[in-house]
Amino acid sequence: MADVTFTVDGKILTAPAGTLLIDACRKAGIEIPAFCYYPGLSLQAACRMCVVRQEKVPKLQTACTTTVAEGQVFITESAEIAQARKATIQLLLGNHPLDCPVCDAGGECELQDMTFKYGAGESLYSEAKQHREEQQWSPAVFYDRPRCILCYRCIRMCGEGMDVWALGVQNRGVNSVIAPNGGDQLDCEQCGMCIDVCPVGALTSGSYRYKTRPWEMNHVSTVCTHCADGCKVTLGVRQVNGGAEIVRADNRDKSGINGDFLCAKGRFGFDFVENPERLTTPLIRNAQGKLEPATWERALRFAGEKLKEIRDSKGGTAIGVVGSNRTTNEENYLLQKFARTVLHTNNIDHERSTDYPAFALALAGHAGKTAGLGDIAAAPAILLVGGNPTEEHPLLAWTLRTSVRLNRARLYVANSKAIKLDRQARLTQELPPDGYKDLAAFLDLGEADFSKAVLAEESLVVVFGQECRGPAVADLVAWGLKRPNVRFAYLGDQANSRGAADMGLFPDLLPGYVPVTEPGGFAEYPGLPATPGKSLPAQFAAAATGELSAMLVVGANPVLGLGVSAEALKNTFVIVQDLFLTETAALADVVFTAVSLYEKSGTVTNTFGDVQMVKKAADRAGVKSDFEILVRLADAMGADIKTLVPFGKGGVLADLGQSRGAQAGEADRHSVWLAANNLEPRLSPFDPLAVLDEIERLVPGYKLDRINLLSGNPAHTELNLTPGFVPISALDGSDLAVPTHDGLFTSGTLGRYSPALNELEQHQTHEVAAPAGD
Amino acid sequence: MPRLVSHPDEVKIVSSRFGKGAANIDRYVELGGYASARKCIEQGPDWIINEMKAANLRGRGGAGFSAGMKWSFVPKQSAKPKYVLVNGDESEPGTCKDHLIFLHDPHAVIEGTIIAGLAIGAKTGFIYLRGEYRYLLEIMEKAVADAYAKGFLGKNIFGSENEFQVITQTGAGAYEVGEESALMESLEGKRGVPRIKPPFPAVVGLYGGPTIINNAETIATVPHVIEMGAEAYAAVGTVRNGGTRLFGISGHVERPGVYELPMGYNLKKMVYEVAGGVRGGRKLKAVVPGGSSTPVLLPEEIDIGMDFDQVGKAGSMLGSGGVVVLDDQTCIVEFALRTISFYQHESCGWCIPCREGTDWIKKSLTRFHAGFGEAKDIDNIQYLAENMLGRTFCPLGDAAAMPTLAFVKKFRKEFEDHLNGKPCPFAKHVELAVI
Repeated sequence: MADVTFTVDGKILTAPAGTLLIDACRKAGIEIPAFCYYPGLSLQAACRMCVVRQEKVPKLQTACTTTVAEGQVFITESAEIAQARKATIQLLLGNHPLDCPVCDAGGECELQDMTFKYGAGESLYSEAKQHREEQQWSPAVFYDRPRCILCYRCIRMCGEGMDVWALGVQNRGVNSVIAPNGGDQLDCEQCGMCIDVCPVGALTSGSYRYKTRPWEMNHVSTVCTHCADGCKVTLGVRQVNGGAEIVRADNRDKSGINGDFLCAKGRFGFDFVENPERLTTPLIRNAQGKLEPATWERALRFAGEKLKEIRDSKGGTAIGVVGSNRTTNEENYLLQKFARTVLHTNNIDHERSTDYPAFALALAGHAGKTAGLGDIAAAPAILLVGGNPTEEHPLLAWTLRTSVRLNRARLYVANSKAIKLDRQARLTQELPPDGYKDLAAFLDLGEADFSKAVLAEESLVVVFGQECRGPAVADLVAWGLKRPNVRFAYLGDQANSRGAADMGLFPDLLPGYVPVTEPGGFAEYPGLPATPGKSLPAQFAAAATGELSAMLVVGANPVLGLGVSAEALKNTFVIVQDLFLTETAALADVVFTAVSLYEKSGTVTNTFGDVQMVKKAADRAGVKSDFEILVRLADAMGADIKTLVPFGKGGVLADLGQSRGAQAGEADRHSVWLAANNLEPRLSPFDPLAVLDEIERLVPGYKLDRINLLSGNPAHTELNLTPGFVPISALDGSDLAVPTHDGLFTSGTLGRYSPALNELEQHQTHEVAAPAGD
Repeated sequence: MPRLVSHPDEVKIVSSRFGKGAANIDRYVELGGYASARKCIEQGPDWIINEMKAANLRGRGGAGFSAGMKWSFVPKQSAKPKYVLVNGDESEPGTCKDHLIFLHDPHAVIEGTIIAGLAIGAKTGFIYLRGEYRYLLEIMEKAVADAYAKGFLGKNIFGSENEFQVITQTGAGAYEVGEESALMESLEGKRGVPRIKPPFPAVVGLYGGPTIINNAETIATVPHVIEMGAEAYAAVGTVRNGGTRLFGISGHVERPGVYELPMGYNLKKMVYEVAGGVRGGRKLKAVVPGGSSTPVLLPEEIDIGMDFDQVGKAGSMLGSGGVVVLDDQTCIVEFALRTISFYQHESCGWCIPCREGTDWIKKSLTRFHAGFGEAKDIDNIQYLAENMLGRTFCPLGDAAAMPTLAFVKKFRKEFEDHLNGKPCPFAKHVELAVI
C-alpha cells in the first residue's frame, strides 16, 4: 500500500496506508499500552487501554483497530487519555486479588507495569472481590482465575497461532472465565504458549510456579537442545550450591528464529539437567567389573594412556569413534579432528537421523539453494514432502501455519498419511508409502491439480522429510534445480544432527562433506588417514569380532539404538562421555560426566542450516563440557594441544563475552583490552570459539557472519559440495539413517530423563477430558 | 395472550392488521398482503431503495438510522452471497412491540424481508427471534411454511425469476445479540459478542457476505410504505422522521399497552391522554422515553414530540419506543439498581469497562439502597458511569452508563436521602406494571 503521512503527538509519521495505528506508533517509538492487542493475532479491542484521541472524532478511538490514513491527527497521551486508562486499570484491579507478592508474574507483569504508569493507587470499592478457585488444566498449565484480565491472548494464541483451539470463554459478563473447551482439562499440544502470552499471572507453568522470583534469576538466551528446528529459548537460571540451576525455560526474548514460538519440549523439557540420576563424577570399571567413581585426573590419565597404547600398538584403525547429535559444532569438529589427527582413524560416525550427505551431493555445484527457516517463513509457496512437522518439527509447523495465516503463503502437502498441516494446505496429495521416490516424475507429469498448482508457482521452497533418502533426495532436488527459484530444506531429527553431519562425523567425509580421499584444505591436518573408515554399525560389528580394540562414544547411545549386546563389547575398551548412565555408558570402561547443551557455549546448526550461538546457562560441579574432555583426553595422550585447538594464535577473535552468557566476566573484558592494544587475546584451549575460527576457515559453506551470530541471530550456511565428488555416505547413506521420530513429548535420551516430558506424555496418553465443571 | 389496546389518536399502519387473524396467510392476502412484494418485483431494486429513502423510515431498533440509506450501502456486485437479517432480538426492558408483530402479523415480517432482499439482491433472509420468544417461533415457522407453500418464498417467488429463501432462528437468551454484529456471530453459531467495525455489515456481514440487518418493526413497516407510497408514509410523521411507531407504554399508567402513534407525537399527551395518566391519580415522577437505556426525563421535560431529533434535543433518546412511566412512589435508587442489574446480567463480558463497570455499579447500588451507603459512593457511581460512557466496545456500556448518569444527576437529592443509615424513603414499593 502507498505510504501516508499523519501526525501523532505533534510528530509527523509515515506508514503504509491501512497500517494499524498502534503498530505505526510502536515502530516510531511511541508506546501505546495494550493488554489484548498482540501482533499477529486477531484484533479484539477488548481492553480499551490503547484509546487515543483522533482529531474530529467525538469518542476516544482504540489504536489497535484504527488504520492510518493521509492527514489524520492523533493524540496518544493527554490528561483525558491518562484518565481513561487509569479508570480501566481501576476496574481491572477491582476484582484482581493483588497477590503480587506471591504471584509468578510479579516483577514481569503487564498489569503491574500499567498500574505503575497510570496509577490506580486507591481502591474505590468497599464490596468483596469476586473469588474463584485456581484450576489445574494439565500438568503444564494452571489457571488462576481471579488474576485473569480476559485479554483473550491465550485463546487466540491457542486457536490462531497453534491451530489447536483448546480454549474458550465460559459464562458471560463479570462471570466470564477462560476455560478449556469441552471440559476442565486441556486437550492440546501442551505447548505452553498460553502461559507465554499471558500478560499477568493468570496462566502459570506447572514446572515453574511458586519456585522463585523473576529478579532472582539470570536470563540466558540459548538454543533448545531437543528437536532439529533450533528455537531460541530463554533459560531462567538461579545460583545454588555447586552451580547454577535452570528453574524456567520460556521465550521472553522473542528475537530468535522462532519469533513468538516455543513448544512443550523447549518450555518444559529442561529438567533432565536437574535429574538426580545425572552423573557428577567420572566412573572407571574396577577389577571386579563394577563402575566406581574416580577423580577426573585419574580417569583422564587412565583413558588417555589406554587409547595411546592401542593406537601405538594396533594403529588408529583399531579405534572407533561415535559422535553426538546434541553436542556443539565446535565439539563435533574437534571430535573428528581428534579422531583423525590424534587417534589416526577415520572410524568415526554418528547416529544419523537422516541422509544429509545425499542432500549435499544432490546440491553439488549449486550455491544458494538451501532454505533457512527465515526463507521458509518468507516463501510465497511451500511444498512439504513427507514428515509430520506438527509432532516432529513444531517450529516448522508454526512457521508454516503463520505464513499461511498472515502472509497468505500457499502450502502444498504431499504425504503418505494425513497430517495436521493438511488443514493449512492449499492442496494435498496422498502418496503411497513407497511413493516418495516417484514424486518428481509425478510433478513433472503435470496432470493432477496438485502438480499443476505446484508447477504454476514461480518461487517455491521444497521441505522434505526423512521419507526421502538416497536416490529419492537426488530426484526431488534435481527436479527443483531444473526450475527457477526453488530452494530446499531437509528435515533431520535432533538439536545438532545437521551440525554433526556438517562437521564431518562420517567415516568417509570430512567437515563440509569433503571426501577424506581428497581432503582439500584439510590436507593441513597432520597425519590425516586417507582411506574411509567404518560406519556406526560396522564399528560395532568389528568390535564384536575383536577387530576394534577401543571405542570413544560421545553423547550417543548406540547400544540401545543398534541393540548391541554386552557380549559384543566385552573385548573392547569403551570410553563414554554422557550425562547419564545410559545403556551404552553402563557397558563402558571409563565414563566421563559431560554437560548438556544448556551448560556450555558454542554453536549449533539446525536442520535448515541456520547456525546459532548456544550460551552457557546452568553450571554444576563435577561435570565438564565434551570440548574440555576431548582436549584433556588428547593432552593425556600426549598430543600437541596447540595443533588440535588453535588457541592463542594470531587472528583469534575475542568473543566479547557472548559465549559465556550469564557467566560472562573478566576474562572477556581483558581479551577485548588485549585485542585493542594489539596484544594476543589468550583464549583458553577450552574455549570453543577458538575452533570456530578454524571451522570458518576450513569448512566449505561455513563462512559465518560473526557479528550477527554473536548478536544472537542465525547465520545461514551452505551445503555446496564440489561437483564430481561422490561420497560413499551419499550412496549408501539411506540405509544408515535411522530417524528417531520423536514426538511432542519425547526427545531421545534426554526425554527419558525429563520428568516433565514423561508426565506430559503420560497425561496425553491416558487423560480423557472430563465433563465441564466450574 | 396480551390484550390489545387502542386510542383515537392512533394511526394504525404497522398495527393495522393486529387482531384480525392475519397470521393466517389467506387472511393476510385478503387484507392486502403480499401485494407490495409483487409490486416490488415489477419495479426493481433502485425504485425500492428510492421509495425507502423518500419515506424517511428510520430504524426502529433504536439508533434511528435511515433504512433506505442503509440498504443503499450494500454493494451491487458481490462475490459472496448477500443476506437480509431481521433483528427480532427484542430485549430492551420496556420494549414489547416486535412481539406483537410476530404474534399478529408474521407475514408482514416475511413480506418486508422479501422486499429488502429484492432491494439489495439477496436470495436469503434470516428472521432472528430472541431466545425468550421461542413460543413465537412456532407462529413464524408456520407463516414461513405457508409462504413457501404458496410460492411466495422459494426458487421463483410469485412466479417470477427471483429466488428468496427465509430461515427462522432463535437466540439463546442474550440481550447482547440485539447488537447487529453480535447477532450475526450468534446466527453463525458462535458466542454472541460484537464484531469490530468497520467493516460494517453492509460490506462484510453474515458469513462474510454483504448484509442488511433491520429491526423487525422496520421490516414489518416496509410493505406498508410500498403500499401507501413513500410520500404518504413520510407525511404521517415529522421532518426527517417518517410514519408512525409502536410505542410500548408501561409503568404507573392507567392504560399500559402498545399504541401506534405518529412520529413526533407529544410525550406528555402520550402519558396523560393515550395511556390514561398516572395510575391512581398519583403525581408523575419521571419518564423513561425509549427503553431502559435512555436517560430518564423529569415531568417538566416531557412536553416534547416523540421523534428521534426532538427527544435527542431533550437530552435523551427515542430508542426502542418503550416508554416507562414512574409515579411519585418510586424509589429512583431502586429503579437505578434494577436498571443496572439488567445490564450487569446482560453484559457479554468482552470489554473491561462494561464487564467490570456494570458489576461495580450494581454492587455499590445494592449496598447503597440497603442503607449502607456513604457520601462518596454517589460520586463513585457517577465516576464509574462516566468512565464507561463512550469507552466500551459496543453500545451496551453506554446503555448502562447513560441512565445511571441521568438518575444520579437528576435525582441526587434522593440518593442523599438514603445516606447516614436512613432506610429507603419508599418503604412500600409499588411493583412496576408489566404488560
